[in-house]
Amino acid sequence: MDALLQFMLSGVTVGAVYALVALGFTIIYNASDVVNFAQGEFVMLGGMITVFTYQAGLPLPLAAVLAIAITSLVGVALNKLALEPARGAPVVSLIIITIGASIFIRGAAQLIFDKQLHRFPSFSGDAPIHIFGATLVPQSLWVIGGAVLVFIALWLFFTKTLTGKAVLATANNRLAAQLVGINTGWVMTLSFALSAAIGALAGVLVTPITLVGYDVGVGLALKGFAAAMLGGMGNPKGALVGGISLGLLEALTAGYLSSQYKDAVAFIVILAVLFVMPQGLFGKSTTERV
Amino acid sequence: MKLSSKWMQLAALAVLVAVLPLFFPSGYYYRVGALIFVNGLAVTGLVILIGYAGQISLGHAGFAGIGGYACALAPAHLGLPPSLSILLGAVISALLAMLIGKPILRLRGYYLAVATLGFGILVSMVLTNERALTGGPDGMAVQGLALRKILRGWGWKLTSGEFWYILSALAMLVGVWIALNLFQSATGRAMRALHGSEVAARTVGIDVARLKLQAFVISAVYASVAGSLLALQNQFVTPDIAGFMHSIEMVTMAVLGGVGSVLGAVTGSAILTLLPQVLTVFAEYEQLVLGLVMILVMIFLPRGLLPSIAAKLKGRGE
Repeated sequence: MDALLQFMLSGVTVGAVYALVALGFTIIYNASDVVNFAQGEFVMLGGMITVFTYQAGLPLPLAAVLAIAITSLVGVALNKLALEPARGAPVVSLIIITIGASIFIRGAAQLIFDKQLHRFPSFSGDAPIHIFGATLVPQSLWVIGGAVLVFIALWLFFTKTLTGKAVLATANNRLAAQLVGINTGWVMTLSFALSAAIGALAGVLVTPITLVGYDVGVGLALKGFAAAMLGGMGNPKGALVGGISLGLLEALTAGYLSSQYKDAVAFIVILAVLFVMPQGLFGKSTTERV
Repeated sequence: MKLSSKWMQLAALAVLVAVLPLFFPSGYYYRVGALIFVNGLAVTGLVILIGYAGQISLGHAGFAGIGGYACALAPAHLGLPPSLSILLGAVISALLAMLIGKPILRLRGYYLAVATLGFGILVSMVLTNERALTGGPDGMAVQGLALRKILRGWGWKLTSGEFWYILSALAMLVGVWIALNLFQSATGRAMRALHGSEVAARTVGIDVARLKLQAFVISAVYASVAGSLLALQNQFVTPDIAGFMHSIEMVTMAVLGGVGSVLGAVTGSAILTLLPQVLTVFAEYEQLVLGLVMILVMIFLPRGLLPSIAAKLKGRGE
């Protein structure tokens, strides 16, 4: 029982990170129909920039805010410089572009920073919290809380604000949105900035637990992608549920079955979901337009 | 009689392969050449899948891994000669492609990309984790081909580099020849129709599911044979051969050169194989440059290097 609780706690923590990455995927996918394979690099940048600005003497909160801001700019640049010029390109081209961008960002990070693993101190100390015989580091609560807060904020943004509705309208039909006077170019910029900021936030929150290095992005992008797909591409609720479920499944697999094949779970889940219900848990089914 | 474009392309490639060694400053270049041809073979398979049939795969390195490890495991455990192991790997890859292709190929676009990606990663994970069998992440040694010894017996003394240069070139040329034949055949035309519009293709009576599966299986066999040849010439194989990055490299090579044309794809594999060799001095910049090349080509030459250049030349000439 203790063990089960322990696995679940660590699963939810990891799952919250996947959920944040998946939320980032979802925002960009909704706005531009692009699956951004560079999403994991946002997480890496969030962690790395915080590490290096913190080491340079900045207070941790300021370093974190700076990291999130810079990463948002990177997200906007990705859209403006790499994706806008290729608007309307086939899926294969878009995949290559975002994978190219992820390799590029990784290469740049390796040059600007270094190839070591880094961390900075946890936000509220490292004294473990005991819950029914299981332990939890306080930073886990930051990660889980962060994911929940981001989800609620996004929900409010998309349902209660005019800007949020403009984003949804653009996602739905770009041309129609333009016709009713929505500045879709700006919506696109906003979406990429938001998505990158969420990724960076995930990086900031999780670095004290898992450490950060220039190459942590690939794995996270794939897991986040799996989570988004599990929940149904383009659905924020799906991203959250998908992320947490994936984290739990991984932790339980590592605990009870095989820690070596823990990482395989994500992909087995993807394949299973795609075979049984190709639209994910919360996705809507679509028909191809001729 | 006018020579068909198929034979022209094949002849151009064969001449290039034969003439290139005259300009090699050292034996090392045979190795680079062989690497280009092996990649070219795998990428030609992807041209059939992506360029002809319009389906994407981000997991074909998985099949390369199966081919590579077949050549490592079958001689060691089953006592099979390496040459037959290539065949065994190809058969296993084909069967596996058939098995997973059926459900996977119903998916489209990103979903298909992710499903294939998942498959590739699962293969590389099994290869990494089953240490007892595969040696784990450190990889395992591969026995060489007996063919070189036989040739030596006939008085044809080749260095390892020369031998693999010739063998890989032949394998690639055969692969290219098959792909070009397929392009003009009824099956190839049906595949291209499917690429244009799946619904339209179905309407005119094309068995879409079957055709997609055919393209998937054929390209899997290409990747598997290429993986076998890679393992045999390196006499070593690691799980990286099946890794995500290898899949990405293969697709990038195909798309970079021009996924609609076999020659373009071979050009793409040449460029991407040479890139790290050229950049050895600036090894730190390799990823930066690779990423940049991928983005720039997709933006400015969306159809790939060769077709875009060819279109430009044609536009000027006529």
